[in-house]
Amino acid sequence: MTPGWVVRRIGFVVLIAVLMAFFAVPMLWLASAPFDLRPGFGLRWPEWTLSNVRATVEHPYALRSLVNSVVLCVIATAVTTSFAALAAYSLSRVRIPGRDLLLYLLLLLSSVVTGTAAMVPIFVLMLQLGLINSQFGAALVIAGGMLPAAIFILKDFMDSVPRSYEESARVFGATPGQVLRHVVLPISRPGIATILVWAFVNAWGNFLLPFLLLRDVDQQPAAVLMRTLQDEGGSANLTVIPVFSLLYSIPVVLLYLLVSKRYGFRFHGGIKS
Amino acid sequence: MPSAERDGAGIGTSRAIGFLAPALLLIGVFLVFPALWTLYIGITDYQLTGPAAANPRVVGAENFLTALADPLFTNAVWLTALFVLGSAVIGQNALGFALAWLLRRVRPWLRRTVEGLALLAWILPGTVVAYLWFAVLSRDGGTLGALVGAPGTAWLVEYPMASLIVFNIWRGTAFSMLLYTSALAAVPPSQLETARLVGANGRQTVRDVVFPHIRGHVLTNTLLISLWTANDFTPFLLTAGGPNHESEILPVLIYREALESGQLGYASAMSLLLLVGNLVVALVYLRLLRRRA
Repeated sequence: MTPGWVVRRIGFVVLIAVLMAFFAVPMLWLASAPFDLRPGFGLRWPEWTLSNVRATVEHPYALRSLVNSVVLCVIATAVTTSFAALAAYSLSRVRIPGRDLLLYLLLLLSSVVTGTAAMVPIFVLMLQLGLINSQFGAALVIAGGMLPAAIFILKDFMDSVPRSYEESARVFGATPGQVLRHVVLPISRPGIATILVWAFVNAWGNFLLPFLLLRDVDQQPAAVLMRTLQDEGGSANLTVIPVFSLLYSIPVVLLYLLVSKRYGFRFHGGIKS
Repeated sequence: MPSAERDGAGIGTSRAIGFLAPALLLIGVFLVFPALWTLYIGITDYQLTGPAAANPRVVGAENFLTALADPLFTNAVWLTALFVLGSAVIGQNALGFALAWLLRRVRPWLRRTVEGLALLAWILPGTVVAYLWFAVLSRDGGTLGALVGAPGTAWLVEYPMASLIVFNIWRGTAFSMLLYTSALAAVPPSQLETARLVGANGRQTVRDVVFPHIRGHVLTNTLLISLWTANDFTPFLLTAGGPNHESEILPVLIYREALESGQLGYASAMSLLLLVGNLVVALVYLRLLRRRA
């Protein structure tokens, strides 16, 4: 152990500690402020209380907005996953005319037409269709935005599933519908699970589209209500916001734990590299 | 058997198109049509309220000329470039690579913890994350002020762009970290060992041994994170473009012109620039992917 080695080692440990603190420190507020008797923006050891939780539960819009989030997310996720699975299966198995061009355009669309770049026409479209303040309408817009990427990821996955299972099922006289239900769906479950989680997390956190399209506080999901809580009266409502942030984050954190336990967050080559 | 290769599952072309139809319908209505419609709305004087709301007129290139002469527009383009360059091209790229490189050989629990924190920052909802950073940057006892011994500094007011850049590095580095972790796994260990034996230091190893292997990944990563950062609306939650337009990046300006001022035609013309920028980056990206395939 030369002195140089010791210095480098200390430098390395300090660097890792600083990086860890950089990511961890902003999150600590989410652990302390919800249970603090006098919550502020500062980070401190709380005077423990559950009164903020009660205030949040009794808030006229807090729980309703979480229900709205669930409704919005379930519709958007279900539509995205089912439509993308059907489309990906057909693109993976049948060489319909123009398939390669279609795939190319889908990949292009998924990155070019973002909600941010298309917010004006999407807003005008929904305004003219009378679908402002319609949760179903907003869910469909969110699903439309997620579909190209979902189709692409699922098609990649289904390409790796051998066709021989389907062919044997057909030899034994299964109809295409039966093949889809009893062979394709069970085999592609991991791919579909990935898309379910991905779509849910995306829709759950989406702020811009619901903010544009759901102007009525009765329809707003949690993402938009957070913004409203901050604006009312000019200063932030710090009894409700921390607890509400925590409640709103729980589904995402649970899904994250589930995914990292079962699959781990890793890229295995594929389209991302 | 060519027919089996064309349709192994026996779906048939017509049923295949039926399976595709619902997805293509939604994509057509909510992505393709709005993108094309931007072109049209951009050449009209369409407004949210007032006479031009009922009967928009086609005004041709007027919106585009107005935008080019509008100091708010040039300001937004410049701030967006700064935001992308600072937080994505330099910030997330460098920190993502540094994390992937440093965490290669630490103990598994430590690696999982640091990676887990970065991932959590990436997947928490944007509105929650915005609040966490309000708390960090607040004037009333915010964590940063306490840490650097300058309590009472309103970071979001005094240094809005720097705050947004640091915030976005925190928010988005996980993607670069994951991508570089998988890229580094493909660098042959024998070459790293050779570099070590000839006494190369860390910087030389990264430059001469690692970088040639991951050059493609660096380019891919830079293109993707730049595109996402340019289209990020989260800065609106932190500063809403203020104070006095100092952090008004293009997405925020488009929102304010369209929904707050009601100038839908004008905002559409500005959106077109964002769409064209996205298109250029995406075409370069797809060309790279194809060349590697």
